[in-house]
Amino acid sequence: MDFNDAPEEAKFRSEARAFLEANLQPKSNDQERLQRRLKPAEYLKAAKDYQRKKAEAGFAGITWAKEQGGRGLPPIYSVIFNQEEGKFDAPSAPFSIGLGMCVHTVIAFSDEATKDRYVAKALRGEEIWCQLFSEPAAGSDVAAGKTKAVRDGDDWIINGQKVWTTGAQFSDFGILLTRTNPDVEKHKGLTMFIVDMKQKGVEVRPIHQASGGREFNEVYFTDVRVPDSWRLGDPGMGWNVALVTLMNERLAVGGSYGPDYKEIFDFAKGINSPSGDGTLIQDESFRQKLADWIVRAEGYKLAKFRTMTALSKGQTPGPESSIGKVINANQMMDIANTAIEAQDHYGIINDPDLAPLEGAFHQSYMFAPGLRIAGGTDEILKNIIAERVLGLPQDVRVDKGVAFKDLPSGR
Amino acid sequence: MNFDFSDDQKSLKDQARKFLADKSAIKVVRGVLDDEAKSYDEALWRGVAEMGWLGVAIPEEHGGLGLGRLELCVLAEEIGRAVAPIPFSSTVYFFAEALMLAGSDAQKAAVLPKVASGETIGCFALSEGPGAPTASSISAKFDGSTLTGVKIPVTDGDCATHAVVVAKDGGGVSLVLVDLNQPAVTRTTLKTLDPTRGHAKLEFKGAKAERLGAAGQGWDLAEQVLDRAAVLIAFEQVGGSQVCLEMATEYAKSRYAFSRPIGSFQAIKHKLADMYVSIEVARSNAYYGAWALSTEAAELPFAAAASRAAASDAYYRD
Repeated sequence: MDFNDAPEEAKFRSEARAFLEANLQPKSNDQERLQRRLKPAEYLKAAKDYQRKKAEAGFAGITWAKEQGGRGLPPIYSVIFNQEEGKFDAPSAPFSIGLGMCVHTVIAFSDEATKDRYVAKALRGEEIWCQLFSEPAAGSDVAAGKTKAVRDGDDWIINGQKVWTTGAQFSDFGILLTRTNPDVEKHKGLTMFIVDMKQKGVEVRPIHQASGGREFNEVYFTDVRVPDSWRLGDPGMGWNVALVTLMNERLAVGGSYGPDYKEIFDFAKGINSPSGDGTLIQDESFRQKLADWIVRAEGYKLAKFRTMTALSKGQTPGPESSIGKVINANQMMDIANTAIEAQDHYGIINDPDLAPLEGAFHQSYMFAPGLRIAGGTDEILKNIIAERVLGLPQDVRVDKGVAFKDLPSGR
Repeated sequence: MNFDFSDDQKSLKDQARKFLADKSAIKVVRGVLDDEAKSYDEALWRGVAEMGWLGVAIPEEHGGLGLGRLELCVLAEEIGRAVAPIPFSSTVYFFAEALMLAGSDAQKAAVLPKVASGETIGCFALSEGPGAPTASSISAKFDGSTLTGVKIPVTDGDCATHAVVVAKDGGGVSLVLVDLNQPAVTRTTLKTLDPTRGHAKLEFKGAKAERLGAAGQGWDLAEQVLDRAAVLIAFEQVGGSQVCLEMATEYAKSRYAFSRPIGSFQAIKHKLADMYVSIEVARSNAYYGAWALSTEAAELPFAAAASRAAASDAYYRD
């Protein structure tokens, strides 16, 4: 039992470090704050530059096949690069969905000409991709989407609405899940397409989030024309295509997004305890909570080490990786809430010029509830653990053997 | 990164599981639980001694197998899984660890071979009353050759042949090694929450005893023993939690209500998924404890505390 890299892994890690040191600033709160205040266009430009350098240096598509411009390495190398990249202020967010999920799907379901057209450009950061699955009435039950695609000669005509689309405002292309046959069962009437996000009939409306950000969008499709050659998989096979995309999602949505126990530990050293006796860090009830956070955060970190060990031995980690988001999102909420409460009346202020950590706890407080929903709600993740890890039976299905158009949908 | 047990350690674990499934089957555990006169299962104790488990971490020169603490961790998980009704933790995690940590060469040579063979059953006597003990609260007293005072409760104190006792020694605290089979020692069996273990009050009235480790170092040594034992007990708890989850999952698949297996209801699924998450957190912390224990890392006190806190949460709260 040890925490050391195998020799080739250690060599790769030092190459990655050298690349990152040459191109990025080490992570610090000051830098993060600066980045938050970069104008979106400036941030996007920085992100595209960084992605191009990554591709040139061989750190984009680490696990992708060589013929796709990747490096053909086992998944452990991707984990190692992500660990090192996490220590720097890497503007990689705009690419996480496209490269983590969408382009994988394009590779799996396209012909050579389509792959040649899209994959390399995506890897070099020249084109950004988004994922158009969720709808107002299709969230956890994403196969209930109603956005319609109707065949018209060599094209399909698309009408409908998607929602919670991350990065749609700056994306060039998307993968779009549509209903092509409402007369068959829910899962059998779906078809997936590539869609050009800049074309006529595609309208992107940003969602102004409670946390202040504008990362998500509503996307409306009005008589949007897509050639049949942009179809991914056979008509009616869209759900199978979507499963390939979603399998990669929980690997893409991971990590830590806000102040963790380390931040609140430092914070608690400089603020009065609610008892008025000493600082918060001296308060026994706070210390108990802090210890619980440490045990769970470290436990999750160590669980990932076990996953890395499995990867390093060439094994495939299973759905047990679903535990990460259940732990992190809930803990983020709890930490943010405790930090804000400790500020007493002052805690209401989230102005970055006045609030501790420039309002990072407030940001987290408003963002964490959404994280408990994004990429699979707590409840869906627990169902996955129960059904796929523990082997419990599926819930009773009321949608089996019923045509989609005859299913009750509420509205 | 190699944050896992080796194939050899895993096969030791499989072997232990098979052995205990037979020798520590639920009727054996209940046999001890239901019989107030019986503090442990003697046949099982002889069995684990023959398997070499009592000496798995004891060096070969002292009659052990000379393997290591990682091997002990995998055994602990299986013993916890089987709720094996034997004084294993007291003898191996506390008593033998204290001897290996603080004993002189002569003490190790005299005591450890008998631990490995199963002849000696050890216990660790710290508590004297309600509340967490501290270095200054200890009142049992060692005068250089004899021990006087009361320890309550002492786990496996009813069946142990020897004890390591935390006692006042001059101005400080020392660890003291005592043979419990002498007239100056009185034992009283206690009624407790945990009938899988015997518990006793031990009264020492000028009992013959010898120092274990340097005079005045006893509190520091006791903390080190507690850290080591915490990791091992965390593994027992992880094993116990895991088997609870497996039993609950099986039951949820076979028990029907409202014409469906209750495990198809999300209310049940989510409870079991929460248990799974807690056990994964506990197991990962315990592995870290195992690493710290086996490498004698400076992180051991933290790793031991995190292991125990996470394992207790998994076993009891969820």
